[in-house]
Amino acid sequence: MNIMTEQSLENAVGDKMNAKSNEVIKMRGDKVGVFYGDKQALFDVNLDVRLNQVTALIGPSGCGKSTFLRCLNRMNDTIDSARVTGKITLDEEDIYDKNIDVVELRARVGMVFQKPNPFPKSIYENVAYGPRIHGLAKRKTDMDQIVESSLKKAAIWNEVKDRLQEPGTGLSGGQQQRLCIARAIAVSPEVILMDEPCSALDPIATARVEELIDELRQNYTIVIVTHSMQQAARVSQRTAMFHLGYLVEEGATDKMFTNPDDKRTQDYITGRFG
Amino acid sequence: MGEHHTVASFDEDLGAISKLISDMGELAGSMVGGATKALLNSDNALAQRVVSDDAIMDARQRELDDRAITLIAKRQPMANDLRAVVGSIRMAGDLERIGDLAKNIAKRVGTVGLSVTPRDLSHSIDVMAQLVLVQVQGVIEEYAAADAAALAKLRNDDERIDVKYTSVFRELLTYMMEDPRNITACTHLLFCAKNLERIGDHVTNIAENAYYVLTGSQLPANRPKQDETAMSAPAA
Repeated sequence: MNIMTEQSLENAVGDKMNAKSNEVIKMRGDKVGVFYGDKQALFDVNLDVRLNQVTALIGPSGCGKSTFLRCLNRMNDTIDSARVTGKITLDEEDIYDKNIDVVELRARVGMVFQKPNPFPKSIYENVAYGPRIHGLAKRKTDMDQIVESSLKKAAIWNEVKDRLQEPGTGLSGGQQQRLCIARAIAVSPEVILMDEPCSALDPIATARVEELIDELRQNYTIVIVTHSMQQAARVSQRTAMFHLGYLVEEGATDKMFTNPDDKRTQDYITGRFG
Repeated sequence: MGEHHTVASFDEDLGAISKLISDMGELAGSMVGGATKALLNSDNALAQRVVSDDAIMDARQRELDDRAITLIAKRQPMANDLRAVVGSIRMAGDLERIGDLAKNIAKRVGTVGLSVTPRDLSHSIDVMAQLVLVQVQGVIEEYAAADAAALAKLRNDDERIDVKYTSVFRELLTYMMEDPRNITACTHLLFCAKNLERIGDHVTNIAENAYYVLTGSQLPANRPKQDETAMSAPAA
């Protein structure tokens, strides 16, 4: 026992050091501000998104968390009055640079929405659509391969493998959401943004999506907006708390939910917000 | 806890738990005080009261457990609330053990009283009991006052009890060697002293828990320890 101790202690320390050096910054927000017309919705947000980690964005309604999320793949471009200031980088590359192809950016930074929104097409086509427009599959067999592996990664393959030609809209809510995740995965994104992905799902479907998020973390970087404090505590490694358009506090999830530094964070997560 | 929860009944649930802790703390103080007083005065009636108080202590602990578990299931407390609830469960465990130890002292009152108990023999125990009582009452007061610094100090003060226990141990040993007729009484008193020392340890646990509940960080693991009897006990 005692002989082991020193060795295992050394290993443990080594593991910890490795874990630290592995914390690569995948995306970085630098003084990000967002205006809708004259109204400023986000102020000077500096936030790092770490590689292969789940970052949860929390805060009361209207705090700017979804606004920030939508900046990460330039979804705010689709709103005419929206204007983004500051700098956001993906692998140290400015995603608002005019040479960036937004379509390609959104393939690298995929998104899953609050309400499952499958296309009114077959399950197969829902997943194949993205790879097809991005020209990721040359042959039918390649496409079959992509569809199968995406559905498998989204943990829904076993439930739909015998009915790939049926409409995606015929699935249950939880299945539809996992289909949407499969659709997002199909174009091999590096980052997946999730905007309250479970708020329209029942507890069992929620548990499955949460389990999936944890598995996906091995290969993808995930940013999730959630109103469920418990969900943020369960699925994320880092948590960022927003309030009135400002980033209040960001830190390791374990600490944020047991001993946050900021009073506003504490009041919000304990249910004391006015 | 400063501001109120949006859901008012959440505050009530937390308040009920914190009330139980202070009730149990008060009861623990009265049991420890009663047990040592009964011991020193050979007061059998008082000893009986302490023994029956232990049933109340146990019932309070069960009630606290129920309330805490229900609160966690219903409200999923976070941050300081979570620490308060989990901390209360643990503090209640220590308070319940303090009750058991006080009861154990009270149960010896009859036995010690029957044998010859020279007054000076129990004087040191009296001093030790006073130290313990101050600790038991202090820990509950400082927790209620949310004074983390005082709790950290109080935890270190346990050292004084340990030092006193060591000297009581040696003293009783000396009495036994001087006159074997003292052995029965001294052995009982030794158990009493050991129980008091254990109560001090539980107070230390409570202080550590309370400190964590209030601050969210743990006190350093190392605390000065002075119980030398464990090392030098059967020296003969």
